[in-house]
Amino acid sequence: MRVLAAMSGGVDSAVAAARAVDAGHDVTGVHLALSAKPGTLRTGARGCCTVEDSRDARRAADILGIPFYVWDFAERFSEEVIETFVGEYAAGRTPNPCMTCNEKIKFEALLEKAVALGFDAVSTGHYARLSQESGAPELRRSRDEDKDQSYVLASLTPQQLRHAMFPLGHSLKSEVREEAERRDLAVARKPDSHDICFIPDGDTKKFLDSKLGERPGEMVDADSGEVLAEHSGVHGFTVGQRKGLGIDKPAADGRPRYVLSLEPVSGTVEVGSAERLSVTEIDADRPIWPSESPIDGPTECVAQIRAHGETCRAVAETTDEGVRVRLHEPMRGVAPGQSVVLYRPEEAGDLVLGSAKISATR
Amino acid sequence: MTYLDHAATTPMRAGAIEVMTEALATLGNASSLHTSGRRARRAVEESREDIAAALGARPSEVLFTGGGTESDNLAVKGIFWGRRGADPRRRRVLASAVEHHAVLDTVEWLAEHEGAEVTWLEVDSYGRVTPEVLEEVVRRAPDEVALATVMWANNEVGTVNPIPELAEVAVRYGIPLHTDAVQAVETLPVDFESSGVSALTMTGHKIGGPYGVGVLVLGRDVTCTPLLHGGGQEREVRSGTLDTPAVLALASALREAVDRREHHAAELAALRDELVEGVRSAVPDAVLNGDPGTVEGGRLPGNAHFTFPGCEGDSLLMLLDANGIECSTGSACTAGVAEPSHVLLAMGADVRVARGSLRLSLGHDSTREDVRAFLDALEPAVRRARGAGLSGLSKTSVGSATAPTEV
Repeated sequence: MRVLAAMSGGVDSAVAAARAVDAGHDVTGVHLALSAKPGTLRTGARGCCTVEDSRDARRAADILGIPFYVWDFAERFSEEVIETFVGEYAAGRTPNPCMTCNEKIKFEALLEKAVALGFDAVSTGHYARLSQESGAPELRRSRDEDKDQSYVLASLTPQQLRHAMFPLGHSLKSEVREEAERRDLAVARKPDSHDICFIPDGDTKKFLDSKLGERPGEMVDADSGEVLAEHSGVHGFTVGQRKGLGIDKPAADGRPRYVLSLEPVSGTVEVGSAERLSVTEIDADRPIWPSESPIDGPTECVAQIRAHGETCRAVAETTDEGVRVRLHEPMRGVAPGQSVVLYRPEEAGDLVLGSAKISATR
Repeated sequence: MTYLDHAATTPMRAGAIEVMTEALATLGNASSLHTSGRRARRAVEESREDIAAALGARPSEVLFTGGGTESDNLAVKGIFWGRRGADPRRRRVLASAVEHHAVLDTVEWLAEHEGAEVTWLEVDSYGRVTPEVLEEVVRRAPDEVALATVMWANNEVGTVNPIPELAEVAVRYGIPLHTDAVQAVETLPVDFESSGVSALTMTGHKIGGPYGVGVLVLGRDVTCTPLLHGGGQEREVRSGTLDTPAVLALASALREAVDRREHHAAELAALRDELVEGVRSAVPDAVLNGDPGTVEGGRLPGNAHFTFPGCEGDSLLMLLDANGIECSTGSACTAGVAEPSHVLLAMGADVRVARGSLRLSLGHDSTREDVRAFLDALEPAVRRARGAGLSGLSKTSVGSATAPTEV
């Protein structure tokens, strides 16, 4: 196969590309330039946008002996990922930009270009197991449970997954680092990236303030309706948040208060006790079924609502709008805009059944 | 392999390799007073005389540098400082909008750090600065101009500027004109003295000489403040131990290039015209950028620069590279990212056009087989690249220009 290896400059995508070469594929490396001004975005930090990362990716490609190019996706990234991220926060929702990037950039813009240019697949260094053997794609959790990234890949369609390759899914991160050392890849000891690549200092609130400005509103007690404080915008809050609420006086019962809901039009942030955060039912729309088939009737599964968050056993079924998920145990901090990903536990690794964007909770 | 990127660098000439190899094995610092030093000095000075003769300059006007970028920096910064030092009113720098980054970024640095005021000289749709444009700008306040800088020939689109006519304007107003002639020396009749410019940049590796060595031809009466301080080896304007082997090889390559120039340029132009014709018949909507090349001396004979509508240059580059054909998108790189070319934008092209361009540059070892191999690979590559469209661009700005893909 002709494989386009997306190389961020990190250790994972470098080893993934190396494995694609070893598997006998005709591999070309590509680094995606996602910032219009490289170096201004993540100087000194780890991620996917600096000049240094581009050089590291190039050196890895040199060592593997594969052609390497840098492709400019800055405009698309800005439009599809950054603007969506800002827009979702402005609307009181909590987006996952890495998921959007996989959906819209790596496995849409890049994949479309790759296929048009004659490639069969795009390979990345994601930790997830993907098999195409049974005909329909099967996306499963990685063998390395701590590094598992199946959540941020769960919104890919079967068509996208048919052209995807995740050569690291069966490995532990420690094995990948050892392999990078063995292969003399200079990136072997590079630290992992964690935060959002376009917010280098990790200060999401400051970033959103700079994009959205002041959008003052009131913080209201959900029980009494009392106005507890003023705030500078709903984008500074996430459902389930406890710290940094800016309320002077403690609650009457002395217990901590949490953000319960965000109302973007009026700018109201509702706060209340932990119990009121508990959710047992989730409605989600825009469902994606990576293995092609939607769930059939009420289906026992495991639900996850954050990239590395807790999981909960649940029953899911399809509705006119998407899916309804009934949780066996209450979950907290379930925010509209997040994706709920449904898994079926299996011996070969939890299988992704589907994913959908959370629209309402009860 | 088919190499069509001679404007980036061109193979070193066999004679230059021989001279350099021998010199690398020969001891001697050209500034030393003993026998070895004198031997090196003599070789360097003979080279200087040869280079001066080849460029129509006096030997004392030839300063050796570390390459084109250093020569540009030295000329632009050094002359700016020198002129402003003599008269503090002279703070304006006139520069064409299509200069190489070695000039462009130097001018911007002067504006940012040295209080220079910059006037970008407009170019026409071929990327050419006319004497009228220069005069129009100079006339407003000639006393305030520190220097003007206009490249002899453009490295991207190959358009040649009327340097003697521009210099005539500059001389009339008493303003020094610097020209970056890096792309011009091998194929155009570049003559320092008769051109009337005050300073001229050239470099070794674009004419079949070595990397890392260049020349600034600096008129004897032009004050230029040094960038590099030290032993003052080069007329007290440039310090650093002379790289004798590189200097000798540069002189050898330049002698050969200039001896063969007339004949070579005509051959190259014929080959280039064949390439242009071939591209037009393979891809009828391809657009040749820059001077049409119909009048002699309007365009670099080895340069062809095209826009392929609906393609991204980097897609074409990759597809051609996979077929053993090496060319360039023609614009400067940051982290390997092809930015929309400032040259094309200055010529009035929109961003989409700027992204879909490819530069083919022929050189002293190019053959008809090279042109044929390129033409054979071109049409399928363009078809493929059109399928991929302008994928990195904003969806809204691309609109219907993107062909549907098969994913």
